Amino acid sequence: MIASRRGEPRELDLTAVLCLAPSVIYVVVMFVYPFLHGIYLSLRPPKQTGLSLANYIAFFSDEWQYGTIWITFTLAVPTTVIVVSTALFLAYGMRRGIRMERTITTILVLPVSLGVILLSIGIQGFYGSRGWFNQILIGAGLLSEPLQLTNNHTGVMLSLFMQQFPFCFLMLLGYISGIDPTLEKSARTLGANSWIVFRRVMLPLMAPGIAIAFALVFVMTFAVFPSAILLGQPAGATRTIAIAAYHQAFEHYDMSYASAIAVIMGLCQLAGLVLIVLVRQRMIAAPTMGVGKR
Amino acid sequence: MSRTLDSLRFRITKRFGAKVVLDDFALEVRGRQFVTLLGPSGCGKSTALNIVAGLIPASDGELWIDGARIDQMPAEHRGFGMVFQNYALFPHMTVFGNIAFGLEIQRRPAAEINDRVRAMLALVRLPELGDRYPSQLSGGQQQRVAIARALVLEPRLLLLDEPLSNLDAKLRIEMRAEIKRIHASLGLTCIYVTHDQIEALSLSDWIVVMREGIVMQAGPPSEIYNHPKNVFVADFMGFRNFFSGLVNADGELEGAGGAWRIKGRAHALAPGAAATAAIRPEDVQVGADASVNRFNGRVEIVEYLGRENEGVLRLEDQSSLWVHTPARLAPGETVPVTFPPDKVIFLPAEAP
Amino acid sequence: MRGKLWSLALYLFVLGFILNLLGIVTHVTVSAFAKRWFGTPLPPSFTTDWFVYAWTNFDLGRVLTVTVIVALCVVVLALLIAYPAAYILARRNFRGKTLLLLLYFLPLVIPQMTYGISLATTLYGWPIGGTIFAVILANLVPMVPLAIFVLIPFFEQISLNLEWGAQTLGASRAQIFRRILLPLTVPGMLTAGVLILVNTVSNFELTFLVSGSGSQTLVVALFYNVFAGGVRPVYSVDAMALMYMATVLVILLVALHFVRPTQMVFRLDQGVR
Repeated sequence: MIASRRGEPRELDLTAVLCLAPSVIYVVVMFVYPFLHGIYLSLRPPKQTGLSLANYIAFFSDEWQYGTIWITFTLAVPTTVIVVSTALFLAYGMRRGIRMERTITTILVLPVSLGVILLSIGIQGFYGSRGWFNQILIGAGLLSEPLQLTNNHTGVMLSLFMQQFPFCFLMLLGYISGIDPTLEKSARTLGANSWIVFRRVMLPLMAPGIAIAFALVFVMTFAVFPSAILLGQPAGATRTIAIAAYHQAFEHYDMSYASAIAVIMGLCQLAGLVLIVLVRQRMIAAPTMGVGKR
Repeated sequence: MSRTLDSLRFRITKRFGAKVVLDDFALEVRGRQFVTLLGPSGCGKSTALNIVAGLIPASDGELWIDGARIDQMPAEHRGFGMVFQNYALFPHMTVFGNIAFGLEIQRRPAAEINDRVRAMLALVRLPELGDRYPSQLSGGQQQRVAIARALVLEPRLLLLDEPLSNLDAKLRIEMRAEIKRIHASLGLTCIYVTHDQIEALSLSDWIVVMREGIVMQAGPPSEIYNHPKNVFVADFMGFRNFFSGLVNADGELEGAGGAWRIKGRAHALAPGAAATAAIRPEDVQVGADASVNRFNGRVEIVEYLGRENEGVLRLEDQSSLWVHTPARLAPGETVPVTFPPDKVIFLPAEAP
Repeated sequence: MRGKLWSLALYLFVLGFILNLLGIVTHVTVSAFAKRWFGTPLPPSFTTDWFVYAWTNFDLGRVLTVTVIVALCVVVLALLIAYPAAYILARRNFRGKTLLLLLYFLPLVIPQMTYGISLATTLYGWPIGGTIFAVILANLVPMVPLAIFVLIPFFEQISLNLEWGAQTLGASRAQIFRRILLPLTVPGMLTAGVLILVNTVSNFELTFLVSGSGSQTLVVALFYNVFAGGVRPVYSVDAMALMYMATVLVILLVALHFVRPTQMVFRLDQGVR
């Protein structure tokens, strides 16, 4: 623990290596290795010797299988859009602080802490066709028939919203709070009303945070599993790619095929990320003002 | 050719919860005047400025500009320019973009925007930097861009909130001159907020000294500097030596039991009143001999400042005396000191 | 007035969220105590029989034991592994530090289903597959990095001067560790420990994928019981859900003592800026 000379990055001494070793080894052995092993396994289907893409070909020839990609996208993308825009709306409105902030954040955090299973069971009961939500609406005369909110696409999205919203909101709130408040003040003294302040000053500055929120929520929702089973139609309209992978692994015991599906899932998530990054690059490149270059 | 105003008048009170930050603070600013709100942090000066700008509402009171009442008017419609302590330049826009921002909101034609921004860049002497981003500029340059951005809109009033506090000493002197030059050449009306007495003295036509939301004294710089009316303002203006006592029949200040007597400038305090005498360290004459206000002091600490020495002396009654003198002082020696009576002011005593 | 409309919308949303949450939780609670309930606002009669039913039929005694053992083991092991790593990462800079941080970051940002299948495959390939050890090992994968990222700021807060000062006063490394570092990082360990606890107890995907019938945690067992469909009366499942909820709420109450609500949703906001 001798001071580094002139603050240059120090090399690792024995102590540092010993301290880092357990965690590094653990992550490598229990995360990196299985991950890579999974990819390798996906290329070694049981009936063949050597590497082969048979699993992948099988996946993309079977509509029952490759259809899950589309299904999962139709779940993940709308959910992400709804979650991020709602969170943005709220976080922007609360950027200057709100009364009872701690209470509100505690309440928002509860769904996540309770866990997805409990949430799904509760949604199934409360929003079911015989649940209180429908009973109240029918009793108040707003509906004549119950709304189908569970065992379908909507139910899954509802559960996903409740799980993803708190995190997205808190993240955006933190990000927005980090923007210098005097920027807004100075824009107003220059004649900007609330909308112009939002569009020309705050939004460009929030864009990185929004992009990150979008990316994280998308990646998380794309891997949806228990909600799709408990609140959807796992054998039909909400058979997500995670469910497909699970079936292969634990009902057909075909670990090789299952790994391939997991790889495909990962690639789809990566593709989504790349898309988000590209969109963001496009947004930055666009001129932020009409006049300005010579 | 800025539009100038005739007068800005206000009387405001501001409370944050139970705390009164501005207590019936009243001021009138005439066209082309440079008014400074001077005071320590927390005295309410920035709050007052923000209320004038329309960024926060007053709890009570009114603002009148040229006979029209504007308290309810939102900030974006008031047409006041504002310069902030941390510049508040938009990091995602170029210098040109920052300055052009207000003009774009007014939907001016591109050619006009171009000309006006260029003219402003020339005025603040940064003609080459239009394409840079704020992060690529030095502090002084950023501050000039901030000023240019506010001025390009030809505001009828310019508000400046401690604009020089974030600059180093040398830059501060340069920027002070810059602000003075701009004010003179454009004939702007300005309200300036600072805790620095030198800025206040050099830039202002009128200084308002504030403490905890209350005006302690208001007047032209020479009056504030030479004739402070209370201990707080005197302290702020560099009077560091204070002596408490009672006014005697001759109008002098007397210590307890007549231990010492100080003769000062003419004053209006009645005999028997509790008062404080004050003198600046640089006005104390060291080594001179005189018949009035003569004391002996033992030198405790000496700081060499180049041209002069700053010293702390212990007087006979054990009180401390700050001096600022070209005379040579040696720690431990006892020297005579004199307070020239015309340099001593008498102030009403204040509760500690 | 524009601002007022905005605030109204905000508070309405929060209110809606609260009502939503309350509705969901209360429904489960009422159902757990219902003798029978079908389409009426409230069940016609109540009973506590379903709790007994759930306890005996769902082997809750063993499930709870497994959950407790897993949670405690994960907390202790994660802290042990993460503590020294967090210290070095807080104190030192070195080539490859960013890459290392990225490595630690991956298990937190990649969804558990994406890497869980291959992790399960690997674990089942070893003799411990399907056992409680597998569950512990699997949960450690995201929890070790979580512990590291939570602990790093706590170490950064302890000025290096404190260690140097102790050195100049003659303390050995072991003494500095025991008498200065350890006591000052207790809050950090509590925060990390509590977060790990909440995350492990409520963890679904990883535990689900690697556990066998004898090593299910409470939440995984709950899932199986729901999924078993008509075989299990819904009220008994709700009773079990209520017991799970009570457990988690108790842990949460304790947790919020040590941890800000924002940190509960942690997962990623630490690394994102």
